[in-house]
Amino acid sequence: MPEPFTTLTAVAAPLDLANVDTDQIMPARFMRRPRDARYVAYGFHDLRFTPEGEKRPDFILNQAPFDAAGILVAGRNFGVGSSREAAVYALLAMGFRAVVADSFGDIFHSNALKNGLLPVKLPPAAVAALREAVAAAPGARITVDLQRQVLTAPDGTQHGFAIPPFARDCLLRGLDEIGLTLTLAADIAAYEARRGLSPSGA
Amino acid sequence: MGRTLFQKIWDAHVVHARDDGLALLYVDRHYFHEGSFHAFNMLRARGLQVRRPDLSFGFGDHYAPTDARRTAAVADPEIRGIIETFEANAREHGLRAFELADPEQGIVHVAGPEQGLTLPGMTVICGDSHTSTHGALGALAFGVGASEVAHVLATQTIWQSPPRQIRCGFTGALPAGSTAKDMALALIARIGTGGALGGAIEFSGAAVRALSVEARLTLCNMAIEAGARTGMVAPDATTAAWALGRRYAPAAPDPAWDALFSDADAGFDLEVELDAGAIAPMATWGTSPEEAVPLAGRVPLLAEAPDEARARAWKRSLDYMGLAGGEAMRDVAIDRVFLGSCTNARLEDLRAAAAVLRGRRIAVPMLVSPGSTIVKRDAEAEGLDRIFIAAGARWEESGCSLCVSMNGESVGEGERCASTSNRNFAGRQGRGARTHLVSPASAAASALAGRLVQAGG
Repeated sequence: MPEPFTTLTAVAAPLDLANVDTDQIMPARFMRRPRDARYVAYGFHDLRFTPEGEKRPDFILNQAPFDAAGILVAGRNFGVGSSREAAVYALLAMGFRAVVADSFGDIFHSNALKNGLLPVKLPPAAVAALREAVAAAPGARITVDLQRQVLTAPDGTQHGFAIPPFARDCLLRGLDEIGLTLTLAADIAAYEARRGLSPSGA
Repeated sequence: MGRTLFQKIWDAHVVHARDDGLALLYVDRHYFHEGSFHAFNMLRARGLQVRRPDLSFGFGDHYAPTDARRTAAVADPEIRGIIETFEANAREHGLRAFELADPEQGIVHVAGPEQGLTLPGMTVICGDSHTSTHGALGALAFGVGASEVAHVLATQTIWQSPPRQIRCGFTGALPAGSTAKDMALALIARIGTGGALGGAIEFSGAAVRALSVEARLTLCNMAIEAGARTGMVAPDATTAAWALGRRYAPAAPDPAWDALFSDADAGFDLEVELDAGAIAPMATWGTSPEEAVPLAGRVPLLAEAPDEARARAWKRSLDYMGLAGGEAMRDVAIDRVFLGSCTNARLEDLRAAAAVLRGRRIAVPMLVSPGSTIVKRDAEAEGLDRIFIAAGARWEESGCSLCVSMNGESVGEGERCASTSNRNFAGRQGRGARTHLVSPASAAASALAGRLVQAGG
């Protein structure tokens, strides 16, 4: 069950790449591992580390203060491709609680919302300006206010953002979607009865 | 106003509707695989049971070794462990699982429809993005993450917001030598990997009607690579003839299938039309499925990028792929070929490749992994295995194999692979591996030439 998400103020890291697929975020060869502390090393693994396991100093998420960022400012089509929720687990393990992008892969967007990683979609020009601002002033902080649905840039510029109301409600209250749905068990049973879908053996 | 095919199936599955448009949909079919272990762990952590064990079916595919059919024979302890966990989770919850040694095992998106487990009008969920494949039968099929898989296991439902309605019409007739894979790559090259974000694509038009169900499965499989949540084709006589009589399918068509089409006055948010007659055999040159060109063409030059952002993306792709830009595709030498995956490893695909290879010898190593164990048996009954082996290819068992490289197999760093799979992402087939997506016939022709070429070209 995710912790409630209300307001987040954190150092933001720019990642000026389009079409960052979930294979990049979480390479397949690590996916056989259970979710544990090792996930911190899996996030963007092949961009962060050489084949010999050395940190690549030229990759921005290896550079201070971006290596301790809580918000990722990415680009177009972030999280496209594989449905692997482990990509979200890896980003959370790295310390990210929000990703700002022009657009998101649909399944990644949904996975993020269900795990307390806030996907903030803004117009491309606003995302580009944010990337430039946090790149120009390393350590600059961005604030994301989920209650008001407003992102505040380091220079105080505010951007409203949309978020599905149900997901927003669940995030704000730290609610578990399965628990909520189970309160509709009578509706589910009624639907099954209407369709004649009695459980096998029942 | 009329309704789309998508909306009709959606409406028939609404358990609970919210004012904001979000709906709780009933899930007719849920598929799971080895990678679904996170979801079973979530159930366990909450002390929940599977609501409808009769509606979930498992297929061991993502981690399936292509050289063995016994779990105990898997050397890597982590891979063996995840396969054992898959089997144990199925047993614990009383779910039917097609395990490694099962004579009907296969890749979930090949073997599920093959069993008749996906039928017109159904809602289908699987914790795999290529679940869009099942839409080829006229089903509403979504790939989801682990949290939603757990939700489906516990409640047999899923929350969904209505996606944009997109119609992609392929007019005319596909030229001989071009395939559904080429249609998919041509579409993605045209609209981009974000072109259908937030949408559901209905494929229509004469060229789609003319496709076999196997080819429709290929087309819908790639819908996700255009960013769509799903792809679908309205069921017709071709669909019924293919589906009826399969293990879990009825013997006669359900009269309700006749209503599964988009009404003439249904509204679409986006309509895209392509002339199928102009679609040539395609291949990707970069690290995104949208970076595709005809095999008879050439890699684009950086100077040809439509904008600065695209130029930077192309530069990155070219560098990763070891290309300068401007090369004729036929001059790009390859190191190996993979014929397999949920995209292109059905019997028809193997026939197309075998027809190219018959009586000839390949120039680079080629791995053939049939989409299911039934496909493998059927291919062997036709003698296709002997054609592949005589040509010098490896004829192996069914699984996701080199499409996702989770089973321990991978393409080496810097190696170039012509692959019938669905993703040419950086590192997809192994760290530093370079993938070119092609159709089965093009894969076979490329294996013979040792370069990226189309059959007969």
